[in-house]
Amino acid sequence: MTLDLPLIGTVIIAIAVFLYVLLDGFDLGVGILFLFARSPLERDAMMNTIAPYWDGNETWLVLGGGGLFAAFPGAYAVLMPALYLPVMIMLMALILRGVAFEFRLHGRRRGKPLWTFAFFFGSLVATLAQGMALGGFVEGINVVNGAFAGGALDWATPYSLLMAMGLVAGYALLGAGWLMLKTDGGLHRDARRWAMVATIVATAFLAAASLATLLVKPEVDAHWGIEADHVNAPVLAPHLAIPILGAVGLAVVFFGIRRNSHHWPFVGGLVVFLSGYLGLAASFFPDMVPYAITFRQAANAPNALGLVLGGVAVLLPFILGYTAYVYWLFRGKVGADAGYH
Amino acid sequence: MAFDALMLSRLQFAFTIAFHIIFPSFTIGLASFLAVLEASWLFTMREAFKTLYLFWAKVFAISFGMGVVSGVVMSYEFGTNWSVFAKASAPVLGPLLAFEVLTAFFLEASFLGVMLMGWKRVGPGLHFTATCLVAFGTLVSAFWIISANSWMQSPSGFVVGADGKILAARWLAVIFSPTFPERFAHMVLAAYLVTALVVGAASAFMLLKDKAQVESKIALRMAIAMCAIVAPAQLLVGDHAGKDILHRQPTKLAAIEAFWDTKTHQAFHIAAWPDRSIAANRWELSIPSLGSWITAGSADAEVVGLKSFAPKDRPPVFIIFWAFRVMVGLGVAMIGLGLWGAWLWWRGGPERSRLFLRAAVAMGPSGFVAVVAGWTVAEVGRQPWVIWHVMRTANAVSPIGHAEVSASLLAFMTVYAIIFSGGVLYILRLMAMGPAGVDTQLTARERVRAPGSPLAAAPPEP
Repeated sequence: MTLDLPLIGTVIIAIAVFLYVLLDGFDLGVGILFLFARSPLERDAMMNTIAPYWDGNETWLVLGGGGLFAAFPGAYAVLMPALYLPVMIMLMALILRGVAFEFRLHGRRRGKPLWTFAFFFGSLVATLAQGMALGGFVEGINVVNGAFAGGALDWATPYSLLMAMGLVAGYALLGAGWLMLKTDGGLHRDARRWAMVATIVATAFLAAASLATLLVKPEVDAHWGIEADHVNAPVLAPHLAIPILGAVGLAVVFFGIRRNSHHWPFVGGLVVFLSGYLGLAASFFPDMVPYAITFRQAANAPNALGLVLGGVAVLLPFILGYTAYVYWLFRGKVGADAGYH
Repeated sequence: MAFDALMLSRLQFAFTIAFHIIFPSFTIGLASFLAVLEASWLFTMREAFKTLYLFWAKVFAISFGMGVVSGVVMSYEFGTNWSVFAKASAPVLGPLLAFEVLTAFFLEASFLGVMLMGWKRVGPGLHFTATCLVAFGTLVSAFWIISANSWMQSPSGFVVGADGKILAARWLAVIFSPTFPERFAHMVLAAYLVTALVVGAASAFMLLKDKAQVESKIALRMAIAMCAIVAPAQLLVGDHAGKDILHRQPTKLAAIEAFWDTKTHQAFHIAAWPDRSIAANRWELSIPSLGSWITAGSADAEVVGLKSFAPKDRPPVFIIFWAFRVMVGLGVAMIGLGLWGAWLWWRGGPERSRLFLRAAVAMGPSGFVAVVAGWTVAEVGRQPWVIWHVMRTANAVSPIGHAEVSASLLAFMTVYAIIFSGGVLYILRLMAMGPAGVDTQLTARERVRAPGSPLAAAPPEP
């Protein structure tokens, strides 16, 4: 039996990016919700719910970038120049919010409000940039002879803006769900309210973005069995599980909030993201650069890909293991007074 | 010099990586220092070690955070600005960089949380394990990055296929390319020196105010011991690396020494103004024949000069010549400081000489300067190649315009200026408070509990 290395690599990169979206999604969401916190004390507590994890969460982004370089250089070398500005904006926004974890502790009269703002603003801008990059990705990239051949602002479209705003609502939903899970008392009640608002907004954007994708990109429609003049039911039917999964996720969030559950809203949020992610995967597979380069064309040389995947097979279980351990270690509610260090 | 996407991308990469390397250079050494402090504390149960650990862990947290966020940038810049290089080199360098993330980045990031915030949740043994894993992770990270860089300097273990693509042929030869061992040793020693100089400076600063400050006395002695051993060792490793350059990268060596003509009895230039446009030094202050002796071991040895290479194959000379002199000059000063400190220690105590304490404070930032200067020699010296004699830097750049690179370069300069000011301010503020001051303050505010203290075994708060 020979292993289909490019396929395995695709699945692993897809999982890494998805884990990044979920994990950094909730902590970026907490940053976005910083704006709405009532007091510096409440913000301290919000930050403490994510402080032990954010660095590990962001590492999945490094794996997404480094992994794409190592496993699919043909895609990495096209997507990065094509999405140059959103990627750069995202990186700089992540820098501002990343240092804010430490700097906010050390800031005094002027410093603390400055880094509080940097944390909120960095989280928001990083999310918007990710959404814009996603929009540009879905709309397709101008590729000639395996290299990027478009302009610097190809990604800047109304469709991308829609995706970006939807992602802000989605991350806010994850962040609010996380805060409901990790806090008690007044902050928990605030988080519950934020979760409700975010759910409604995210639902609207999810529906709008799905429809817009089908309207903007006929290439995507074909993947879903929607042709110009008819619907290909055998293709569409299995795909319908994806929007149904999304609806189930939203229902779990909604009823979880209504019934005052502490964990179901977060779980529901994860399901909503899983549905959205699967929806995107179904729309593009086997393309890794939409409409231009498949994962097989983008794959690295077999011996390099084999070495990377061999390393992943050995190391990923350890990484998942100690990541789970750290989450378990810092389990439970975070009090407003729990110290960062 | 045209400010096109190539030139701007080079400037941006130089700026972002020079900024980045400052933090790993410090945290590689500091993580090991923290592991030693925690071990000393667990072994002796002396409170001073705990105080020192908690103090330097604060400094570590700030520096490490800045290293992480500026490091994420690097893994994307390969693609955003150097996509042609990325695509061509991925069959060789891809696994190395992926392994860095898989073996080191995750380890550091995950156990950093336990190390900084896990006091109340794990026992002393596990906490110490977390510190050691973070320290180990920083070294593993350095291993892979230096491995990738060494391959770009002296590529080995690869073949060029019929389609012109680079392929790895022997992975061990790729990972352990010929110059890897000395470069890895040079970088790790540099990191330990950087840390020793900073720890020494902070301790000396406290001792200038209060020469009986217990923690600072201990830390100053640890820093002196490190400096006195590592600084001379670094000179030997560096000299070995230099000898290797003579054969492997003769243009780099010629630029370092501003040799233009190929001849025996090359003069050693203490100072000079090398000018590429006239292929000569505008002026020079030299010692006859010493250049051949230093670089090749004999005054009669013929050493190649830059004029033996086509102008398009010569690296920039001025910057390499001077960066090298800054690095070596500071290195010699570090050796002097280490030996001076060791002598004072032997004579009764380094804190008794205020002159030494002032010198130690002044030398605090010198490690960073030397590291950046050293990397400048290595990277600018590799020009005009991005992969030595395989790919030219000019052919490596992404198909992007100068406008977006100008925008991102300006934005990086702004963002890095902001966070650098913040980070330096907060670290200096901590240092001004000193180990004792910071510890009591944080104990009151954040209720830090030591592993091994009765409360450490208490269950986590509900």
